[in-house]
Amino acid sequence: MIPLAPFLVVSAALVAIGVFGALTRRSALGILMSIELIINAAALNLVAFSQHIRTSDAESTAGQMFALFAMAIAAAAAAVGLSIVICIYRNSKTVNVDKIDLMRW
Amino acid sequence: MDFLPALIPVLPLLAFAVIITNGRRLGWSACLVAVGASLTSAVLAALVYSRVLLSHETLAWSFEWVRWGETALRMGVRIDGLGALMLFMVTVVGTLIEIYAIGYMAGDKTFSRFFAFVSLFMAGMLGLVVADNLLLLFVSWEIMGLCSYFLIGFYFHRPSAAAAGIKAFITTRIGDVGLLIGMILLWWTAGTLRFDELLLAVPALAGLGDAHVDLMLTAAALLIFVGTIGKSAQFPLHVWLPDAMEGPTPVSALIHAATMVAAGVFLVARSFILFAQFPAALTVVAWVGGFTALFAALIALTQNDIKRVLAYSTLSQLGYMVMALGLGAYAAGMFHLITHAFFKALLFMGAGAVIHGFHHVQDMRRMGGLWGKMPWTAWTFLVATLAISGIPPLSGFWSKDEILLGAFHESPVLWVAGTFTAFLTAFYMFRLFFMTFTGRQRDGEIHAHESPAVMILPLVVLAVGAALLGIPGSPWMGLWVQHSLDVPAYALAHHHHSNLVMGLSIAVAVAGIALAWLMYAPRPTIQPARVARAMGRLYTLSLNKFHIDEIYAALIINPTRALARGSFRFDLGLIDGAVNGMGWLQRALASLKGLFDKWVVDGIVNLLATIVQALSAVFGLIQTGRVHNYLLLASLGALVIACLTWWNMG
Repeated sequence: MIPLAPFLVVSAALVAIGVFGALTRRSALGILMSIELIINAAALNLVAFSQHIRTSDAESTAGQMFALFAMAIAAAAAAVGLSIVICIYRNSKTVNVDKIDLMRW
Repeated sequence: MDFLPALIPVLPLLAFAVIITNGRRLGWSACLVAVGASLTSAVLAALVYSRVLLSHETLAWSFEWVRWGETALRMGVRIDGLGALMLFMVTVVGTLIEIYAIGYMAGDKTFSRFFAFVSLFMAGMLGLVVADNLLLLFVSWEIMGLCSYFLIGFYFHRPSAAAAGIKAFITTRIGDVGLLIGMILLWWTAGTLRFDELLLAVPALAGLGDAHVDLMLTAAALLIFVGTIGKSAQFPLHVWLPDAMEGPTPVSALIHAATMVAAGVFLVARSFILFAQFPAALTVVAWVGGFTALFAALIALTQNDIKRVLAYSTLSQLGYMVMALGLGAYAAGMFHLITHAFFKALLFMGAGAVIHGFHHVQDMRRMGGLWGKMPWTAWTFLVATLAISGIPPLSGFWSKDEILLGAFHESPVLWVAGTFTAFLTAFYMFRLFFMTFTGRQRDGEIHAHESPAVMILPLVVLAVGAALLGIPGSPWMGLWVQHSLDVPAYALAHHHHSNLVMGLSIAVAVAGIALAWLMYAPRPTIQPARVARAMGRLYTLSLNKFHIDEIYAALIINPTRALARGSFRFDLGLIDGAVNGMGWLQRALASLKGLFDKWVVDGIVNLLATIVQALSAVFGLIQTGRVHNYLLLASLGALVIACLTWWNMG
């Protein structure tokens, strides 16, 4: 039985890498990938805690189910995100977010 | 076919509508529309007349106009012998006048408008004649009043014509108010305004012997007669008629012969049942008529304007008719109305021809010697003058003689007055004739000429009428006209023929003509100026029309004007002052409120706006539109929440 802590460390590392990546990448695609890392870190946390609180008689699969949902939603979000990126690319011939300020007021 | 008589007034009304809306397009042909309409009316009237004459029935046709509760108001036409004769006279004389006007008004800029108003006038008069109730009669009566205003003031750019129009309108309006109140009283007392119902209702009410009802009905009769006084220009509301000469001459002929003034007499004849039941009213009618006849004849003696003499002679002749009605000689009065319509229309149109040919000069003192220059006009004029003077066998003699006969039997005083008036009539009419047509022209600068054929033709037709129309009403033909009127039993005054009355009437007429010859013939035996000096004050009184106009001016017109001026000042000073003061106050208050609004209310709003603007400038700084900035902020936010959670748990 693997204890909880390593999972949490890996998860925290994933979050840190994701946030760092999201903040530093210039490419919109890189940012999307980093966000995927953050989501997966959260999913890993869910699975880990789910296993941690499991008792012998009542097995809980709630964490796994949440993780599956999170992955599905992440996939959907990625699809939407990629479509937006493609749209932006078509319009401005770039995916460099420093060059794009469409959301400015 | 029963509604056929209703078409008679509708045709001229249609002509009016067509001309008034298409006047510019029609131009000269407007007169064809008008003459066509009245000619058709005349044919219809002739048909109606022959039918009424043959069958002695009363044509009636009516429809329900309004109904409230049990009471229904019906409108319609009712034509008895009297109405049929009137219809015939009005349409024939009216058509002749319109034909004459084609020549008289030629070249006038407002040619088509003239025919429009004349058509409306005809429609009013015909509507009045065919009306089967007092209400419709009143409506037509008012249409005529309006048209008289338009037509008398036809040359409205002349101040005197405009004033004459207003004078006619207001003076007759005084009478109209009387008529209206009389109608209300009658409706109140008898409950109907329909003539056939009144014929039954009034004797029944009079039979009750109720003093109150009798008083009401007598008052109604007298008030209706006030309407007649106004419309038929009896004393004391006669002042408008001489001034009505300001209108074009065909209008004078129309007003004085066929329509306006006849309407008043016709009104009394129509509502005669009221008068017949109440002798007090009848007496008033007789005396007003007799007085007017004499009074107007006295004024006519000294006038120098050719149309004015004729105007006063009209007043005088109307006085005869009214007197006849008042004396119960109903048929004689109406007979005189018909004959008078013919010879007076002829006189006016003859005078019009003289004026037309004499370059619009109306003063008889400048005329003279026109016999040779205007033979047609002179001959027809002579026929009319003889007719009005009462020379047999011309029409005027028979009708006037009938009236005098009635007066002889009923009231000797009025008979004397009437006979004297007959003398005066013959005198002043031949004074006019001699001054205009005989001798030499006194003003040699004017070159008189005969009128065109379109004006002569109506004169000749009317002259034939004026000469022969009396025969059917003469004793030779057994008073055929008078009997054809279907005179109701209550108005039938059978007077025995009197040679004294007839002989005296001829004698005074001849005497009048003789005196006129002595004074105004080419070589007068008696100098008119000396007679005038001898008469002294009487002469000036007559010349100034007994100062009636001046008396009215002093007693009524000037006080009314002063009152109006006073009211105007009051209005200008006090009422307008109050209103303006109120306005000023409101403005001052409003400007105060404006300041408050500008600085306080607007200040708060602007302040809010300024604050929001400043805040938005601050917050706008973080909205860079760069994904990285947002991500950083989101991450920092998450970090802060995490720290807080951790701190809370710890």
